[in-house]
Amino acid sequence: MFDFGILFSSVLNGVTTGAVYALIALGLTLIYGVLHIINFAHGAALMVALYAVYLLKTQWGIDPYLALPIVVPGMFALGYGLQRGVINRAGRGKDENILLVTLGISIVLENLALLVFKSDTRSIETPYTLSTVAIGPATISLAKLVAFGGAVAASAVLLLILTRTDLGRAIRAVAKEKHGAKLMGIDVEHVYAMCFGIGLACVGAAACFLLPAYYVNPLVGAGFVPVAFTIVVLGGMGSFVGALVGGLLIGVVESLGGLYLGESLGQIGIFVVFIAVLLFRPQGLFGAKA
Amino acid sequence: MKDLAAIAAFAALVGGLTLALDSGVWLTFIMMALYASLLAQSWNLLGGYGGQFSFGHALFFGTGAYVQAIAQLSLGFNAWLALAAAVAVAAAVAAFVGALTFRYGLKGSYFALVTLAFAEVFRILAVSASFTGGGVGLMLPLRESLGNMQFGSRKGYIALVLGWVVLALLVTAWLRHSRFGAQLQAVRDNEDAARAIGVDAWAVKIGAIVLSAVFMGAGGAFYVQVFQYIDPGLAFGPTTSVEALVAAIVGGMGTLWGPLLGAAVLHLLGELTRNLFGQLPGLNMVVYGSVLVLIVMFVPRGLSGVGRSVRDLLRRPRG
Repeated sequence: MFDFGILFSSVLNGVTTGAVYALIALGLTLIYGVLHIINFAHGAALMVALYAVYLLKTQWGIDPYLALPIVVPGMFALGYGLQRGVINRAGRGKDENILLVTLGISIVLENLALLVFKSDTRSIETPYTLSTVAIGPATISLAKLVAFGGAVAASAVLLLILTRTDLGRAIRAVAKEKHGAKLMGIDVEHVYAMCFGIGLACVGAAACFLLPAYYVNPLVGAGFVPVAFTIVVLGGMGSFVGALVGGLLIGVVESLGGLYLGESLGQIGIFVVFIAVLLFRPQGLFGAKA
Repeated sequence: MKDLAAIAAFAALVGGLTLALDSGVWLTFIMMALYASLLAQSWNLLGGYGGQFSFGHALFFGTGAYVQAIAQLSLGFNAWLALAAAVAVAAAVAAFVGALTFRYGLKGSYFALVTLAFAEVFRILAVSASFTGGGVGLMLPLRESLGNMQFGSRKGYIALVLGWVVLALLVTAWLRHSRFGAQLQAVRDNEDAARAIGVDAWAVKIGAIVLSAVFMGAGGAFYVQVFQYIDPGLAFGPTTSVEALVAAIVGGMGTLWGPLLGAAVLHLLGELTRNLFGQLPGLNMVVYGSVLVLIVMFVPRGLSGVGRSVRDLLRRPRG
């Protein structure tokens, strides 16, 4: 139907987008896996991070990639503070309360952005915005290639933190057996807040890699939420390898869907995959149990 | 019996108020508050009494809205016949989605996410198909008459939506006292235990989702009749799903009057913030979102549980 060149470049495009999706989904799956919270404010957090990158570039001329050491700790602090100050207090461990609180937070964040920045869609100009790289028969924008590399590197750092550090051990202990971890002297509240912080830090990193080839407006996060949920479910809720593989898969599905079905109907591929996975393998590709 | 008397009193109160009022602003307020109550009560039937949290109730709302519009525009149905079709198709969609998801035992977050995904699929289909008018949406011509279910005064619409709200209240009251309702609440509280004593959990949950969709579909049809317009984002977007579940949870899930209270309070809050901060786009919703968070922080049982919370507070020994 299409020749190899077009197909190859479509898949390549999907893989690079998928890597950024994976990074966003990693944050979501970490929060779900440990806190068992479906974080509805995840998209709004991405929007906040994108505006931070945008402001750093337009106000102080800081390149998006150099903004990483500012945005990532900033988002971490926001996440830590939100979990300790608001979500934990309001949630009282009841699912419906946590749902409402994260929903309320996303309404507040999105509309603060609307108030401050108006509803205009903005993007930034960098020296490399229009640069492209040839890979085999396809050309791809340099920014997307860097985003792919950056997302993979950031995911690797996260996996190292989780597997090799004391914090990572504490996080995994709390995820498996909260009460046992508490008896061993782990500060569960602190671990929860660290997870939420790290989850939003992932989103901060994703924003730095995303913006050079993307745009920002107050509602930009809403488009990412269903995609990130799909990836988390596809990979298995709480599974990190699953989120990585799922992210790449969904990126390719979206890209190929757009190629074969057109721009608007193409998105349907994501949700069809989502529903099929939920029905036939709700534990996901890499999930341990249903 | 107490419930029935209360529902009758409620209908008489709202009806009397509507007849006595002449201000268009207040009539519109009553109409929209009742409409929000209908959506909240619909969500409550499945979420509050069945314990199945749907994030995609817009699926049934949008189905009702589109069937109401398409049946009149393309099939030449009378508006009242279209309403019957809208409710029936919404119920059929619910039966299909329910049969599929409950058959595979989806619960909790998984059920929530799958309903969200179904609503998104329908939104994308509505954007892409031609008989739905695509992204532009569908417009209903203005032809005011009882036969067309279009009224010159808000009072006609209030009568219509009040009828639906009262019906939803009656069904909810029936759930509280009937065998089916007891089975549904048993499934909500402990599905395994309910199964063990012979409750067919699958059938009970499908019954609940269909009942819920009937009222959500009616809400969608009502929306089309009032605003004479529908597009994919309005119909299947997350706003309606969120509106329904927030009002039900804030007011008090699994109660008869909680969803109505939640819908009325949130609608009042929305109107107040819009009038106070309307010049600054976004500020009204910032206040709305903040109040939502504060309500959850300080009123954990929902607004209808405030009385109990206060009593507990007074009874609690100081120390």
